[in-house]
Amino acid sequence: MTRLRAIFLTPAAVVMGVLFAAPLVVILFYSVMSRGVYGGVELPYTIENWTRLIDPLYLRILARSFVMAGAATLGCLLLGFPLALFISRGGARKNLYLYLVILPFWTSFLVRTYAWMFLLRDTGLINTVLLSLGVLREPIAMLYTPGAVLVGLVYGYLPFMVLPLYATLERIDRNLLEAAADLGARPWQSLLRVMVPLAAPGIRAGALLVFIPCLGAYLTPDLLGGSKTIMAGNLIQNQFTNARDWPFGAAVSLALMAVVMLLLTVWVRREKAPLL
Amino acid sequence: MLALYAVAAYAFLHLPLLVLTLFSFNASRFTVWEGFSLAWYRAMFRDGQLAEALANSLIIGLAATALATGIGTLCAYALWKRRSPLVSGTLYLSLVTPEIVAGISLLAFYQWIFRNFGWQLGMHTVAGAHVAFSIAYVVVVVMARLRMLDPGLVEAAMDLGATEWRAFREVTLPLVAPGVAAAALLAFTVSFDDYVITSLVAGVDSETLPMVIYAMAKRGVNPVVNAVSAMIVVGLGALILLSERLRKA
Repeated sequence: MTRLRAIFLTPAAVVMGVLFAAPLVVILFYSVMSRGVYGGVELPYTIENWTRLIDPLYLRILARSFVMAGAATLGCLLLGFPLALFISRGGARKNLYLYLVILPFWTSFLVRTYAWMFLLRDTGLINTVLLSLGVLREPIAMLYTPGAVLVGLVYGYLPFMVLPLYATLERIDRNLLEAAADLGARPWQSLLRVMVPLAAPGIRAGALLVFIPCLGAYLTPDLLGGSKTIMAGNLIQNQFTNARDWPFGAAVSLALMAVVMLLLTVWVRREKAPLL
Repeated sequence: MLALYAVAAYAFLHLPLLVLTLFSFNASRFTVWEGFSLAWYRAMFRDGQLAEALANSLIIGLAATALATGIGTLCAYALWKRRSPLVSGTLYLSLVTPEIVAGISLLAFYQWIFRNFGWQLGMHTVAGAHVAFSIAYVVVVVMARLRMLDPGLVEAAMDLGATEWRAFREVTLPLVAPGVAAAALLAFTVSFDDYVITSLVAGVDSETLPMVIYAMAKRGVNPVVNAVSAMIVVGLGALILLSERLRKA
């Protein structure tokens, strides 16, 4: 019995070990080595790559990643909470409403990001329409701004917020809300003091699921942002391409991984949610 | 009030893709509607680079899906029998690792290995990367299906003299088959769509469709991108609907 289990587990363990875990170990070594002249790495070992993380130049980029991810999480919550509530009250149409959230989510992240380039460009749809209606005299620059990145992130990760929120909101006993109303609570009072506390596990799960990918976002700031919206993901990519500083890129990558793992560990401890 | 809000949220989710699709049928190259035209679709089908990239994407997607589905299904079964914190922890981590980190580390790893053997980046390195990041998706979907299963059925089969392998092949596998199919479709979608990791580990001969779209999108306005995008949205959308159907079947 255990032998078959071991045979079944082996291929996955080998693939994940070789193509996922081992590469992380490789960049762990890279992160404490010196920069090679043409990219790559050289001896001697050094911790200089790690100490450079607190250089104000890079610290600003890392801080920006946190702020952007936080803002995107808040945006997803504000947009996603009412949507999840609406779906949970959808009765027979619940599944249809859920499909409508999931469907765009699985249709190519790249294409969905491109859609916003198409809308936000100077010659894009929004500017063209506003110009032809006479609302604007000249196009406003929307693409390549922090706002564009934020919209792209919220758009990209909204379903991650809606799904766990829906799962908790659906289980809330509606009698509790009626009781609150009967006892004289105004709608916003019962929302803030009854519904939100009851939905807290879903809010926490959704916030984590949005915050983590936003923190490591690369494609969205790359396509929708400009030089002033560089986030951690772009910094990493840049170190491995233009800057040819692999050791520093490796250090940033691992710092990002460390934050992600820390957040997850705290969450798993707190919620006692099982892994898989 | 809530319904109104929901309509706005759905508009936010769907309008960008609908508008994008609409303008793929625009006669003009610019974002001013000048009448219906299939010119951009014709241009798309004539584009050799796009055709080649599509072929690459399909080959990589099919190969990675086959491997990831097989490996992931076996792994899900093993984890269902008994937990393995190390393996499930690794899979879980692979789901939350930022793509850029996974891609960069894999690139560094490939180059480190290849330097010693004189190998090159290409279709195989991309396929390997795709297998690695799809396995976790397969395990999650198949595992959800396994959890719905009555473990007594496998025990009954074995009490009646079946080996565990036979019980797996003739009892468990047929029962979870819809879940496996759903997982395969999901894995294909994830593979077909990936840009970040793919672009890092691809060689000169293994440009995929998302890589071409990315390059075109960066270059500027081009309605052909809209046409390709619309096709992808419809194609992948159909796969996902099918996957959801199977998952709930």
